[in-house]
Amino acid sequence: MLADIPVHRPSSLEEALALLADPPDGERPTPMAGGTDIMVVLNSRHVVPSSVLDLWKLDELRGLSVQDDGTLWIGALSTYRSIIASPLANAHCPALVEAARTVGAVQIQSRGTLGGNVANASPAGDSLPVLLAQGCDVVLQSRDGGRRTRSFDGFYAGYRQADIQPGELIIGFRIHALPPGATSWYRKVGTRLAQAISKVVLAGVAACGDDGTLTTLRIAAGSVAPTPIRLAAAEAAGLGGRPTDVAAAVGAGARADVTPIDDVRSNALYRREVSGRLVESWVRSL
Amino acid sequence: MIVGSSPPRLDGADKVTGDAMYVDDLQFDGMLYGATVRSRQAHARYLGYELDPDYDWTDITVVTHEAIPGGNYVALMVDDQPALVSDLIRHPSEPVVLLAAPTREQAEEARAHVKLLVEPLPIVVDLEAARAGAGPIWGDDNIISHLEIQKGDGPGCVDKALAEHPDAILVEGRYYTGAQEQMYIEPQGIIAMPWGKGGIEILGSLQCPYYVVKALAQLLDVPAAEIKVVQAVTGGGFGGKEDYPSIISAHASLLALATGKPVKLVYDRAEDLSSTTRRHPAITWHRTAVAPDGTLLAMEVDCAFDGGAYTTLSPVVLSRALIHGVGPYNCEHAMVTGDIVATNTPPNGAFRGFGAPQVCFASERHIDKIAATLGRDPVALRRQLALRIGDTTLTGQTLETSVASDEVLDVALEASDWDRRRAEAEAINARGGVPPADPIPGMGTTGRLRGVGMSFFFHGAGFTGNGEARIKGRVRMEVRPDGQIVIYSASTDIGQGTRTVFPQLAATTLGVGIERIEMHTPDTSVVPDSGPTVASRTLMVVGKVVEDCSNALKARMGFEGGDWDAAVDAFFAGGGDGSVELEYQTPPHVEWDNETYQGEAYPCYAWACDVVEVEVCPDTYETRITGFWSAQDVGKAIHPVLVSGQLEGGSLQALGFAVLEEMKFADGQLTNNRMTNCIIPTALDAPEMDMRLVEAPFAGGPFGAKGIGELPMDGGAPAVLAAIEHATGLSLDSLPASPEALMRAAAE
Amino acid sequence: MTDATTSTRPAKRILSLRINGSTWEGAVEPSALLLDVLRYQAGLTGTKRGCDMGTCGCCAVRVDGEPRLSCLTLALDCEGRDIKTIEGVADGPLLSSLQQEWADCGAAQCGFCTPGFIMVGEALLERNPKPSEAEVREAIAGNLCRCTGYVKIVEAFMRATAD
Repeated sequence: MLADIPVHRPSSLEEALALLADPPDGERPTPMAGGTDIMVVLNSRHVVPSSVLDLWKLDELRGLSVQDDGTLWIGALSTYRSIIASPLANAHCPALVEAARTVGAVQIQSRGTLGGNVANASPAGDSLPVLLAQGCDVVLQSRDGGRRTRSFDGFYAGYRQADIQPGELIIGFRIHALPPGATSWYRKVGTRLAQAISKVVLAGVAACGDDGTLTTLRIAAGSVAPTPIRLAAAEAAGLGGRPTDVAAAVGAGARADVTPIDDVRSNALYRREVSGRLVESWVRSL
Repeated sequence: MIVGSSPPRLDGADKVTGDAMYVDDLQFDGMLYGATVRSRQAHARYLGYELDPDYDWTDITVVTHEAIPGGNYVALMVDDQPALVSDLIRHPSEPVVLLAAPTREQAEEARAHVKLLVEPLPIVVDLEAARAGAGPIWGDDNIISHLEIQKGDGPGCVDKALAEHPDAILVEGRYYTGAQEQMYIEPQGIIAMPWGKGGIEILGSLQCPYYVVKALAQLLDVPAAEIKVVQAVTGGGFGGKEDYPSIISAHASLLALATGKPVKLVYDRAEDLSSTTRRHPAITWHRTAVAPDGTLLAMEVDCAFDGGAYTTLSPVVLSRALIHGVGPYNCEHAMVTGDIVATNTPPNGAFRGFGAPQVCFASERHIDKIAATLGRDPVALRRQLALRIGDTTLTGQTLETSVASDEVLDVALEASDWDRRRAEAEAINARGGVPPADPIPGMGTTGRLRGVGMSFFFHGAGFTGNGEARIKGRVRMEVRPDGQIVIYSASTDIGQGTRTVFPQLAATTLGVGIERIEMHTPDTSVVPDSGPTVASRTLMVVGKVVEDCSNALKARMGFEGGDWDAAVDAFFAGGGDGSVELEYQTPPHVEWDNETYQGEAYPCYAWACDVVEVEVCPDTYETRITGFWSAQDVGKAIHPVLVSGQLEGGSLQALGFAVLEEMKFADGQLTNNRMTNCIIPTALDAPEMDMRLVEAPFAGGPFGAKGIGELPMDGGAPAVLAAIEHATGLSLDSLPASPEALMRAAAE
Repeated sequence: MTDATTSTRPAKRILSLRINGSTWEGAVEPSALLLDVLRYQAGLTGTKRGCDMGTCGCCAVRVDGEPRLSCLTLALDCEGRDIKTIEGVADGPLLSSLQQEWADCGAAQCGFCTPGFIMVGEALLERNPKPSEAEVREAIAGNLCRCTGYVKIVEAFMRATAD
């Protein structure tokens, strides 16, 4: 049922970047990682790209490791399954492991990749708020421009607009280390308990100083704005205060931060209210 | 005794190895692929179509209504639904132009190059506005069907009761249930092939082969004998493959006749969801005069069912709905009314329960409302009001036998440990909910509120009133010289196990091993018309004919047990005729007046009680069903594994209806037409189930069995909403109890 | 498309697949789905199409042992890999223990979802021979069944793994 279009199948990153820099049939192919988003689009024939660049064979883009600076490197083609199974991910970014568990079900988890989730640029992407909350750099590469590293914060200029320049591929991610003593948090409100697209997805990182006040508070949300967003007003309302004192204010901040819409999965009122309540409950529990 | 045991289902091995052939698995030489060009407007004048002049149409066959040899309608009840639009578009998925192409991809591609010329008309999609006459878009008042049933004082009975009983209390309610998709996992599909001299053979995923014969004979203007309909292995139906396959068969047949080749027309999921039937959205209003002791003095129930653009089976849905309108309760005076209302949406149709789940939701929520108003325990009130032997139903039917109200209540409440479980939930909630240390994956860590609720319900088995006497379902059985016995019946196995249970009945009755029995594929050129596979009737009604045929064969052969082969040899040596064909004999006591709706609405009812435990997240109002206990009266469990499988599967459909299944529309068009957003429960959403079988035998069914296919669909939703109310104090009167709906209720 | 001359379909490629231990060869479009190649070219119709979106799980097969949705997999991606479909599960007339329990305890009703469940189930049981009920439910959450309420499906797993 798939649209009949050319599929390029490079076996190295170099070859893939060359195909992107110099497309054989003139028009730049659409990169595909695990295909869990693009194949659905192709099957539905709603939007047909001119050709596809199948990245699945690029093993060099797989794997997790901890860098000297304490960041966690995750290759763009790492699947959710490999993240769930990785002791490094469990130790350094447990919220990402939680997020990965909520993606689709087992078959999707063993095919869907972190790079694909980021490049697909859906505001509902399950992993994206984790990357925002914990902090993360995106590493991209092109044949002519070499490597480029940029912060994931601000990576999306607007709805489904990722800062991926023509000819670039996402190579991987450097996820920042959690601050000492910090805890992380993840909560997805989906339409059901598996194979669910999010109505609201939230992630947070928090740490308290010796006096019990919040020294770190980073909160991010998905499905509540055209892109995944940091909840700036919520964070500002919480920093420096004791969790139980500021929880309500943080929740109110979250309600102000989000700009949700009504769609087929939920409605704006629900998304706003639930964002506030969940953030408040989490801060209260710190 | 084979009846009462659970032999492996006879089609089990084929299904677990992938050998079972469903319609899309079948290929024929020269076969073409069909595609359907549909309207997008909900209401419009159709002016014609244009083929894209830049597209290569060489290999494509185009068919419109002009190719129809007979009448351009789908024969069912009323001849108002065209097989292909000729002048007026009445809903946004109406078939207009058909295409056939050498490959599926080409057919799909060509579809995008057909342009329909239309002139939009004002649309009517709101049920209450339509009932009030908006438009009108159907007849002169949008009312496809109207029905009334009265008992005792009838019209005005509630006001009369209130006047006569100064201490009586008026309890009113409005209850809403939305559209629900059957979501059989195999999408609909048909292959049509030219057959004989100008006839057609149909092979497809369908419930009712003879419905297709009737529709095609009319449409193609050929004798019924020229139409041969064969059921392929069918991947679920639940009512969704009752009438719609007649439409797909019509389309595939027109293409097959136009091309002289086999044509396969298999829908993808989006087309299936957008175009085929669903459960009728319905609003039910209750007005009840209640005595302080809980006695229902008088009830008025009024229903509006959204029929969609055409009549289809909706009048029968309304009939079943109204008969179940006051629930399984005693009430001396009642007035039950209802309308099927036309809207510019695809026709709604059969789905397990057939009108009863909508009214059962209303009446069970209403009983809970009455209990709350009176400060009564919901179980005690139901026990007080329940119909028992000697009581009289809404239609004046006095129940003389086979009533299991006390048994199902006792068994379900005991299985769930109702009193302790209710008390425990209340204690947990008083302490702030289920502790965060006991998380449900995906539900966060905020303390969850727990609640326990129940429902009590019944479902009439078989066709309503004199339906079975009219249909005269037939079965033929033949014993062959090699001793094998073949059952010929048009009853289809769509997963429920007919092809296993009929042989069980025959084997037990004859006193032979089940391996002696075969069932012929439902093929209308060979099998007699057993009536449609609907209405919880197959085992109870057609199975009874299988039992009768078995007894007749046995008598004819003089077989009283012992050596079957020897008996067969002797029988054929004596020139015996090994073929028996019988028709269903309506039990003698069934009397029914179709004008007044008085009498024996059903030969028997099946009874049930559901208990549901939920946990609700107070931050997000997500509801998780954490426990399900049920007692359901099956008359006699012919095959305990298969029957409990039916009850469990039907119950989960009901639980999904309660909390997460929702179809959303814009201008009559379905907006969530994908399996990702038109959702049903996964294994993680489904609770463990404690399903208890109760057996209150029905003398008119084989070995006492009664029809239960639809029963489990009726009670899940109100039990869930009662449990949510117990947990949160939020009383919802509409489905689904989505988190958004609960939040809205909390804000009010 | 850049211009009208490129509007012909992309050239087919000869693909060689190892399916259920045998070699299959055929010409396929570069964008051909594994599901379509299995069903309509290799004649292995036990793998079902239910949604085209990776949601229903009917099309699950195993690729190098891993459960894989064949409706979201390009056939060309499977060159040189071991593909196992439902047709390769039974050993002649001898059903696997999961298949046998499935048939015996009523886990198949309409049967349309069954092949996908069995393929995912095999992969689970090889990875985790004694799964808990919760682990079973998590593993099969990508497969939808509308007939059974999942009760007898979970039961089939528990019986297939009982001592």
